[in-house]
Amino acid sequence: MTTTTDAPPAVPADRRTGARRGRVPLPLLLPAALGLLFLVLPLAGLVVRAPWSTLPQRLTEPGVLTALRLSLQTATLATLLCLLLGVPLAWLLARVEFRGRRLVRALVTVPLVLPPVVGGVALLLVFGRRGLVGGWLDATFGVTLPFTTTGVVLAEAFVAMPFLVIAVEGALRGADPRYEEAAATLGAGRWTTFTHVTLPLVGPGLAAGAVLCWARALGEFGATITFAGNYPGRTQTMPLAVYLALETDLESAIVLSLVLLTVSVTILAALRDRWITAP
Amino acid sequence: MSNRPMRAALAGALALALTLAGCGDGDDTAGAAGGSGVTGTVTVLAAASLTESFIQIGKDFEAAHPGTTVVFNFGGSSALATQINQGAPADVFASAAPRNMATVTEAGNADGEPSTFVRNQLVIAVARDNPKGITNLADLTRPGTKVALCAEQVPCGAAARTALDAAAVKLTPVTLEQDVKGALAKVRLGEVDAALVYRTDAKAAAGDVTGVEFPESARAINDYPIVLLKGAPNRVGGQAFVGYVRSEAGRAVLTEAGFQAS
Repeated sequence: MTTTTDAPPAVPADRRTGARRGRVPLPLLLPAALGLLFLVLPLAGLVVRAPWSTLPQRLTEPGVLTALRLSLQTATLATLLCLLLGVPLAWLLARVEFRGRRLVRALVTVPLVLPPVVGGVALLLVFGRRGLVGGWLDATFGVTLPFTTTGVVLAEAFVAMPFLVIAVEGALRGADPRYEEAAATLGAGRWTTFTHVTLPLVGPGLAAGAVLCWARALGEFGATITFAGNYPGRTQTMPLAVYLALETDLESAIVLSLVLLTVSVTILAALRDRWITAP
Repeated sequence: MSNRPMRAALAGALALALTLAGCGDGDDTAGAAGGSGVTGTVTVLAAASLTESFIQIGKDFEAAHPGTTVVFNFGGSSALATQINQGAPADVFASAAPRNMATVTEAGNADGEPSTFVRNQLVIAVARDNPKGITNLADLTRPGTKVALCAEQVPCGAAARTALDAAAVKLTPVTLEQDVKGALAKVRLGEVDAALVYRTDAKAAAGDVTGVEFPESARAINDYPIVLLKGAPNRVGGQAFVGYVRSEAGRAVLTEAGFQAS
């Protein structure tokens, strides 16, 4: 974690980012290069097979932009929802001793282990028309969540929240609690300490967690199609559009995948420069 | 001593890696083709809607040919066709639609001409005992009726479109599912009031779902073709399996499941 808490503010830039001069040992370099290759080669496969000559007209097909816009909107809303609920949960897990904390921590990771399609079914059983909560929502307010954009946001948040909680909890545990103690001795309440000391302290970890959460939400497929279904403009996000394109046309599936990849990598790179490595 | 299994495991892992990377040539795997007799592993890629009946046929086939094992890979016909064209090692392909079969034959990956072995047609799947009293396609447009269809890219969706057009019914579904089992699941969970699925799928879910027959489904009948694949690791076994599916015993299993003999 990036906890340079004891360091004075005027650290040379290269030490701050952890860069060191000297040879990189081969036992680290080799697997690192292989690891990178393993992650990047499938992408190269997509680029090589992409139908570059017909790319412009494929990109302007009306469905593409609709699905992309919906994907970006829902992933962002899901991330906001995760921040709203997940940061307090992470704080609770990191800072408060209570019985059953280990169990709660294990429960938080459930969506990570659950196959997303099963997650979608589970969401239907709770928020569906006949679900535990959904039945009541329908009867009382006439609100149904499946097959709606709200349903997409819920499905994405369900799958992506653990990434945020785990990242933020890790950052909180790595942060020096003495700052919070100092704030408390100076008379700050727990809420003030949280907003004025703790949050700025774990800023980079929080940003990293939010980025992971957003990326996971953007790529979400299984829970979304199971819980929210697939309807263009309402619940058909890019991953769903890619899957259906694969049914008929490998090339347009590749184009859609590349669009999603380009947009998300660009956004992530921009955010990374701004938030994570900023002093 | 432990060298051979190790090597086999490595070869297997490599074959898998190649398949996943989409660049295997699918000319050889561990399947042993034994002379003229039918033996070894027969690998069958089959449409998801064939799951229940093919598992039964596989068992019967293994009993009829001791020493054989049938391995199935069930999935959407188009995904399977893509896998075959990317070099997945397999002996037999059974598709839920001629279009996906054409993808394979046009790429030169079939050994001989595909033949239609069964047909399937659509029914309206509703909750058990039909609480909403749905009797035809027009009933699906009643206000407050939620309907799931398959996306038009998959065979059941294309058939649904044909049937709805034939009945001149204009319908806005709440969802366009990626496969027929997805559409059926939404009925089973009570999230939609009706879905257009194959008669066989409704029959397999008879505990939860009632299938309502409608006349226009006769206009949208789905042919299921089957073929031996080029470069089949177990050609003899694959041929025997195709023969068994088309035999009297194979047909009996399929009609029992709700398919129509072709």
